[in-house]
Amino acid sequence: MKPSLKLLDYSILQQCMHCGMCLPACPTYDATKKERHSPRGRISLMRAVADGELKLSPAFADEMSYCLGCLACQTACPAGVDYSNLLETARAEVQSAGLNQTFTSRFWRTVTIRGLFMRPRLLRFVGRLLWLYQRLGLQTAFRKIGLTKLLPKDLRRLEPQCPTIATKFSPQLIRPIESPTKKQHRVALLTGCVQDLVFADINRDTADVLLANGCEVHTPPVQPCCGSLHAHNGEANAAKTLAKRMIDLFPPSQFDAIITNAGGCGNHLRHYGVLLADDAVYAPLAKLWDAKLRDIHEWMMEHGCRAPRTGLGDLTVTYHDSCHLTHGQKVTKQPRDLLKLIPGLKLVELPEANWCCGSAGIYNITQPEQSEQLLVRKVGHVIGTGASVLATANPGCHLQIARGLRQAGSPISLLQPVTLLARAYRAEKMAESMTA
Amino acid sequence: MSSPDPAVLSRLREIVGVENVLTSPEDTIPYGFDGTAALKGPVGVVVLPGSTEEVSEVVKLAASRGIAIVTRGSGTGLSGGSVPSEGCLVLCLTRLDKILSVDAANLTVRAQCGAITAAIDAAANKHGLFYPPDPGSMKISTIGGNVAENSGGLRGLKYGVTRDYVMGLEVVLPDGRIAHFGNACVKDVAGYSMKDLFIGSEGTLGIITEVLLKVLPRPAARRTMLASYDRMEDAAQTVSDIIAAKIIPCTLEFLDRMTIGCVEDYAKIGLPRDCEALLLMETDGHPAAVAEEAEQMLALARARGARDVRVARDDAEALQLASARRSAFSALARVRPTTILEDVTVPRDKLAEMVAFVAEVAKKHNLLVGTFGHMGDGNLHPTFLTDERNTEEMARVHEALEDIVTKTLALGGTITGEHGVGLAKKAWLRRQVGENSHDLMREIKRAWDPRNLLNPGKIFD
Repeated sequence: MKPSLKLLDYSILQQCMHCGMCLPACPTYDATKKERHSPRGRISLMRAVADGELKLSPAFADEMSYCLGCLACQTACPAGVDYSNLLETARAEVQSAGLNQTFTSRFWRTVTIRGLFMRPRLLRFVGRLLWLYQRLGLQTAFRKIGLTKLLPKDLRRLEPQCPTIATKFSPQLIRPIESPTKKQHRVALLTGCVQDLVFADINRDTADVLLANGCEVHTPPVQPCCGSLHAHNGEANAAKTLAKRMIDLFPPSQFDAIITNAGGCGNHLRHYGVLLADDAVYAPLAKLWDAKLRDIHEWMMEHGCRAPRTGLGDLTVTYHDSCHLTHGQKVTKQPRDLLKLIPGLKLVELPEANWCCGSAGIYNITQPEQSEQLLVRKVGHVIGTGASVLATANPGCHLQIARGLRQAGSPISLLQPVTLLARAYRAEKMAESMTA
Repeated sequence: MSSPDPAVLSRLREIVGVENVLTSPEDTIPYGFDGTAALKGPVGVVVLPGSTEEVSEVVKLAASRGIAIVTRGSGTGLSGGSVPSEGCLVLCLTRLDKILSVDAANLTVRAQCGAITAAIDAAANKHGLFYPPDPGSMKISTIGGNVAENSGGLRGLKYGVTRDYVMGLEVVLPDGRIAHFGNACVKDVAGYSMKDLFIGSEGTLGIITEVLLKVLPRPAARRTMLASYDRMEDAAQTVSDIIAAKIIPCTLEFLDRMTIGCVEDYAKIGLPRDCEALLLMETDGHPAAVAEEAEQMLALARARGARDVRVARDDAEALQLASARRSAFSALARVRPTTILEDVTVPRDKLAEMVAFVAEVAKKHNLLVGTFGHMGDGNLHPTFLTDERNTEEMARVHEALEDIVTKTLALGGTITGEHGVGLAKKAWLRRQVGENSHDLMREIKRAWDPRNLLNPGKIFD
């Protein structure tokens, strides 16, 4: 059955009583001051489609694509409207109606969402090729002699944005099972897709933090994509397939917790129960999965994360909330508390810390202008704090803001909270081995 | 305008610019409603002017073509006041959002009509001043809409409502002329107080484009307290005791059990779910007076059997409690698909009786109700939790509303304390104000706007 607004439980649409409390929280309404670009405006369009008053149109498709999906409206909404569900249904309907698609957009969608992100080994292989291209100096050479100009327009725009691929991927850094000295918990570690290709070292840091806190860490070398990209982009069936593969690989009953360290993935991962509700076999497993799923910061603070005895010197850090960690998963206090455990670290609050940076999945690719405006706004606030490190916990935000800081010529470095904590544990070990 | 006349559209585009005239259904459907449940209207064209002059030109054009205008700001109204009517032009004033000046010497703020209420207070705050009216939607409501509806808020008991802070207005009249009323003088008896006619006129007499507001020195101290009760009557009686003790707190808000549960589901700030009434109290002013009043209020609450009384630790917690209270109406929407909000107000000493009556009525008609409101000023918000698609249940809701209105009027109250008449309360206005008064209102409207072009069908037919 194809997802459709008409078939959706109507009370989800009715839940919105259009009071307008979401308007000040919405970055696209803030930018345009037009109702159509607001959460309640979009919901009214979805309801009009469900009521048969509005036909699916390219303009409707545009609007669904213009939404960042940051879910700030869900935090602002006293009525508890499930906007995320509405948006995914609307996008899926737009997708299956084949609206607003050019040949190139269909091509890239097939290559990425239906191809690469369905096949983890292939994704790593392509990642390795990209790494070679970057490593062998081909990137610089091609740019110099203008060969990149031969790329299709979309790729040409994206080429400079392509992140630097990591030298080693997660399996080369993390053994399938690693045990702490004193085992208290048994946890699974999800390595992610972008996280694995670009930030495999953050996965290592995550494992180290878990090990330092009595967790036996299970990290299978080949893991499927969680399906979040698919669900957010209207590919509901692919998302279901991937969720099942994930549950098969990590039977939830075997772990005390299933750990994710990417805000965007995490928000999708903890809703497998809804995604697979109609599946007789997987529904109960998915429910258990949701109950075991933890963001790394959440898990650490839940079990009294150990404060390192050594810090990283005097360090002023500010923290950016990834949208899906704060608005989706409601994890806001824990990453800050985790940072505060590090001796000598001073945490300063970032103005508009939970305002989207414009990365928003593939939004920086699909809506470059709006994305850039949000990035400039974010970077301005970050620089204004006077911090020397910006901490954030989502690969999308990480890449986006790091690029923004580079463009602004700022020396501020971008690290994830777990990296800072892992470094502090390492510093502690070093200091203690030297005195011993 | 169901099928907008091309000549009118092209003139509108000349006046406000192509990007500020919206006609496609994807652009206009989101302007078909405001914050009122179960009300929507057809939208043909939305115009977003960028200056008073542009508003004036648009009104002149509409007047020359006999096109009705429904004005709106952020669309958070709760009586359907900015719901479009058939064939109208929707005039959305959110682009006129500048705060023009803060005059600390004369204690005034000048702002365009689309300025956000909370932004006005924030601008005043930079000068150690504050703008007291704080409607529930202050983070997004526009000041023009507040003036047009004469909005209230949580601080009404001590500080009054929007009307008490309007010193001057710039208004575009139904024929497009621009008129100015009032000024920065505290005393001004030159002629009729015309600004007062526009305050609360719900967009039927003119289009407010600029406001001059009175602001006050920001109180040096503030204390917020929360008391929980096993009986609603005890909470109401506490309020009477506080007033009788010659204390005028800035806020005395209450929530009933249903509302407490919904607000807690949303805000998660540890409100007790198992009590029948919560009383949110706030006093502000000179630190010594605040300390003394707070002590007295706490003692009075305890004497009336409050189960638990707590004082907000700091500003952050106080703000959290007030924000939670502000979210009450929307939070009630969690329970059922449709939320029908009422705004009846009775003299303060009749409030306990009214709250008890609402509970009886809900029981009699077998309906779910959540009640919250401003206990200090007698303004309560019985909110029926229902489903607009269930016609049988909706019929019972209307019977219940009828009962509530009858009782309110019998107690010497009003059908609306702060939301306005709009479409939602129009059926009862004549009954409340009486024939002569109702006729006079209509005569004024007809004399002023003989072709009935400004917000037709609101307040009266």
